[in-house]
Amino acid sequence: MTTTLVIGLDGHESGERVLAYGTRMAGLIKDCELLVVYVVEWSPYSFQTPEENAQRHKRRDEEISLATERVLDPALAKLKEAGIKARGVVRHGHVADILNAVAKEENAEQIIVGRASSQGLVDRLFGSSTSTLVMSAHVPVTVIG
Amino acid sequence: MRKIFIALLVQIAAITVIGPALAQEAMTLDAQVNQAFAAVTGPFVSFIFAPIPGTSFPWIVMWLVIAASIFTIYFGFVQFRFFGHAISLVKGDYSDPNDAGEVSHFQALATALSGTVGLGNIAGVAVAVGIGGPGATFWMILAGLLGMASKFTECTLGVKFRNEYEDGTVSGGPMYYISKGFKQLGIPGGKPLAILFSIFCIFGALGGGNMFQANQAHAQIAGIVGDYPGWITGVAFAVIVFAVIVGGMKSIARVTEKVVPFMGIIYVVAAIIILAVNYDKIGWAFGQIFEGAFTGLGVAGGLVGALIQGFKRAAFSNEAGVGSAAIAHSAVRTKEPITEGVVSLLEPFIDTVVICTMTALVIIITGQLIIDPATGNYMLDGSMIATVGGTSGVALTSAAFGSAVSWFPYVLAVAVILFAFSTMISWSYYGLKAWTYLFGEGKTTELIFKLIFCVFVIIGAAASLGPVIDFSDAAIFAMAVVNIFALYFLMRLVKQEFYSYRERLASGEIKKFKG
Repeated sequence: MTTTLVIGLDGHESGERVLAYGTRMAGLIKDCELLVVYVVEWSPYSFQTPEENAQRHKRRDEEISLATERVLDPALAKLKEAGIKARGVVRHGHVADILNAVAKEENAEQIIVGRASSQGLVDRLFGSSTSTLVMSAHVPVTVIG
Repeated sequence: MRKIFIALLVQIAAITVIGPALAQEAMTLDAQVNQAFAAVTGPFVSFIFAPIPGTSFPWIVMWLVIAASIFTIYFGFVQFRFFGHAISLVKGDYSDPNDAGEVSHFQALATALSGTVGLGNIAGVAVAVGIGGPGATFWMILAGLLGMASKFTECTLGVKFRNEYEDGTVSGGPMYYISKGFKQLGIPGGKPLAILFSIFCIFGALGGGNMFQANQAHAQIAGIVGDYPGWITGVAFAVIVFAVIVGGMKSIARVTEKVVPFMGIIYVVAAIIILAVNYDKIGWAFGQIFEGAFTGLGVAGGLVGALIQGFKRAAFSNEAGVGSAAIAHSAVRTKEPITEGVVSLLEPFIDTVVICTMTALVIIITGQLIIDPATGNYMLDGSMIATVGGTSGVALTSAAFGSAVSWFPYVLAVAVILFAFSTMISWSYYGLKAWTYLFGEGKTTELIFKLIFCVFVIIGAAASLGPVIDFSDAAIFAMAVVNIFALYFLMRLVKQEFYSYRERLASGEIKKFKG
């Protein structure tokens, strides 16, 4: 049976290390697939102008293609080069919720993410996406420093 | 037609923009604009607000209320039976997770609400209660409850017949459902009717959705810092509106869109606190509302006076039947147009049944309206009820809140300004959609409208243009005349959708994704 590992990328430099760790893990497991996930931060409860609403579908498509082009494709190319089986997916929502949901859907063994890249005031007050994920995930989470 | 229309707008704009800068001449120009406008638009305004022969009841109010009652019965009291379902939809219980990132039901509702919650809830209610007495509140709530069915009808159609373009953007609203819906049913005249609606919508957007807002925002600021020329406020507002709608300064709009709901919540919480402190008077206040609804309690026009004021202000405030909300709601991502109709019925509820009633209760409970101790009736000052500080409109609401919380008028002033601004942003979009329906989508045509819109912000703030304001109110109601006329033909399409949806919901074919 294939073992699936979810790799969360956020476009920051820690992504390289996350990817490197994922590659190493995949090498150690006999039949392993990496599922690279990029999450566009989005809430269905935010407030928008009528014009933003009218263009939302278009913007969503743009966000997905931009994330695919800039983050997923290069990552998948690297994994392919290393001979690792991998897929990529872009989703909208909260990082922790989505990574956890994808892991559940795909019956993944583990989620691998980078340490929170920003340490702003909001993160300090409410906790970063990474710490939320660690607290709420249904599968083991590996955090790469 | 197009050329004449643009020429007329440019002419009006040119006259009044030069006006404020020319100090002394400005007065005469203002007067000239007033006069010219009154002469041209007078008959139209008188027609829209004409009373039903033999009564003092404006037929347009009757038109809205009868329509709302018909939709209520036709759809089997959908506003009560599907109220819980509407809340489930807004919570996202039925939203497909694969549609994440698209416009949610909550967002469509919040956007539409920020276009309607505003001066109508603060100033409009004060006018209604100030003339019609507490009894007006009863009729206002009734009109709000009935109006939920009108919203349901128009917003379902807005989503059903919207245009989805190849680039992924959408355009919807009465002009689209009138032309496409009539075509589908094989009824002639859809296109001319849609054009007529669009014309009224542009006037409504420039008037009630712009000039009136700018005017009232200036009045609020002037009330705090002292009197100063309105064009200063106008230019400041116009620059901000320009930055948002022309310059694409999304950050300003985003800040407003976040702050406005917050202000709305502060407003309601303040009202609840005032009511809680005076809890012993709530029973009495409702007594006044019910008694006043059927006796008038001495107000001008008695029962009918209270009823007209209540119905009229509810219509002004929640815009049910006007068609504007259908434009705002049409951007939602859903496979089922009915779901957006169901969500939209919460709009008159929140706007009128909750927020307007709060305003009315605060005015009544804080004792702003003077009662004659001998008769128990309200004392009259002309056609208005005498108030403690002799105030009316926004000032009456402000005085009512201020009598309980001394610093609240300042918060209220900020709220009014922000509400006015967000209403302008919403209406700039409604007007734009009507404009592009008439003249086609395209950067240049859009820019022309946006510039005209900004110019009208200055005009609105610069002068007290009574006839222009009358005309803009009339234009908003004229939208309702065309829209409701069309809805009578199109409501059977909504019924088909509604029945099919209801069956699939009952059979479990439509499932919850969460909850």
